[in-house]
Amino acid sequence: MSSIGTGYDLSVTTFSPDGRVFQIEYAAKAVDNSGTVIGIKCKDGVVMGVEKLITSKMMLPGSNRRIHSVHSHSGMAVAGLAADGRQIVARAKGEASSYESVYGEAIPVKELAGRVANYVHLCTLYWWLRPFGCGIILGGYDRDGPQLYMIEPSGISYRYFGAAIGKGKQAAKTEIEKLKLSEMTCREGVIEIAKIIYKIHDEAKDKAFELEMSWVCDESKRKHEKVPVELLEEAKAAARLALEEMDAD
Amino acid sequence: MDSLNLDEPHSMGTTIIGVTYDGGVVLGADSRTSTGVYVANRASDKITQLTDNVYVCRSGSAADSQIVSDYVRYFLHQHTIQLGQPATVKVAANLVRLLSYNNKNMLQTGLIVGGWDKYEGGKIYGIPLGGTILEQPFAIGGSGSSYLYGFFDQAWKEGMTKEEAESLMVKAVSLAIARDGASGGVVRTVTINADGVTRNFYPGDTLPLWHEEIPAQNSLLDILSAPSPEPMSM
Repeated sequence: MSSIGTGYDLSVTTFSPDGRVFQIEYAAKAVDNSGTVIGIKCKDGVVMGVEKLITSKMMLPGSNRRIHSVHSHSGMAVAGLAADGRQIVARAKGEASSYESVYGEAIPVKELAGRVANYVHLCTLYWWLRPFGCGIILGGYDRDGPQLYMIEPSGISYRYFGAAIGKGKQAAKTEIEKLKLSEMTCREGVIEIAKIIYKIHDEAKDKAFELEMSWVCDESKRKHEKVPVELLEEAKAAARLALEEMDAD
Repeated sequence: MDSLNLDEPHSMGTTIIGVTYDGGVVLGADSRTSTGVYVANRASDKITQLTDNVYVCRSGSAADSQIVSDYVRYFLHQHTIQLGQPATVKVAANLVRLLSYNNKNMLQTGLIVGGWDKYEGGKIYGIPLGGTILEQPFAIGGSGSSYLYGFFDQAWKEGMTKEEAESLMVKAVSLAIARDGASGGVVRTVTINADGVTRNFYPGDTLPLWHEEIPAQNSLLDILSAPSPEPMSM
């Protein structure tokens, strides 16, 4: 797919003759080089998982969080440049807070996704700003049920049943499509996501990784939170088992 | 007594009421707008629409309550477009409250916001002078409401039917009109539920009479419209 946009790729405010904005596409490449992030919408909630690639053995497990709560009912998993992601999360938290101050109720997930997308898009319109180099998977549970959104560096935002971004997104999407999401509970979804992430992790290219997962579902009383430790361990164990079974073939 | 001063600001002495029933809400009000002791409008409509499903009863300064309603209607309209579905009663009430509270030094208006939405059903929010917001099963406001506290304590009950709520409303407003000089005219009601909005109108002379009230009678000035007498013939 790579085509050189010589001359037309120096600024985000320049179109190429075939109608592309190369800077935005390059921003998307930053996302493609990061650890995989997956989100699925199950029948009773949303589950998100991140393949957190560990760059140094000195890193404390559990640090460098990639999934953030935006509001009690929603959270974001970030792929790409982590610092950029932090900005977006901060903005999302601000939007959620100001919406509640004005309208007196929690921000609908659809509205939140729209506002985040607007903000990301905003930063692709001015020459003195660079686009955000991150993809966001936003999962939330409001009055209209559980919802999953994905926001790309271009500012596009769609609602999904299942979404994946990062290195292993193609493999992940293939695996997600095999799942029957409408019949799955979040408990089952946690196990499935762990299995998928373990499966698509490339041992050769990247060494170690840490699995980070969060959910918002009926079981968590519609609050966005880290997946409980016992369930996470159960998921990891199941994932490792599935890998061994696969390798044994 | 001060002589008649027509430059006094229009106030709506008023009796306003909002009541929830099983399935929706009924809003009611009298129709007197006064400038001092002069009745500037004896048939005003104090129940104003904010959205298709949310209305507000206005009391206090006519100007202040109108401007607040206008602003809230404007904001709600934009919010509805953005949201893609009707606004909830709670959101409408919160917008009213923010304006009332943040401008408390300049405004003098008590409002009752009532409506129906698909998430919470029928809801009433009372927003008195300082900008407090309180969700209530029923709310009363305006100068005439002073005479209704005891009445509602006894007469209101949970889970009324639409007809019971409406007749309670009309009875209450007419009781207040009987005692409060700043309330009078006709009784207007607005009923809001899942099926939509219904307006009703009860002319002053159809209202029940209470203790020592004199029945309404046609004006003695009717003789003015009588034909002039035939000239006598001699």
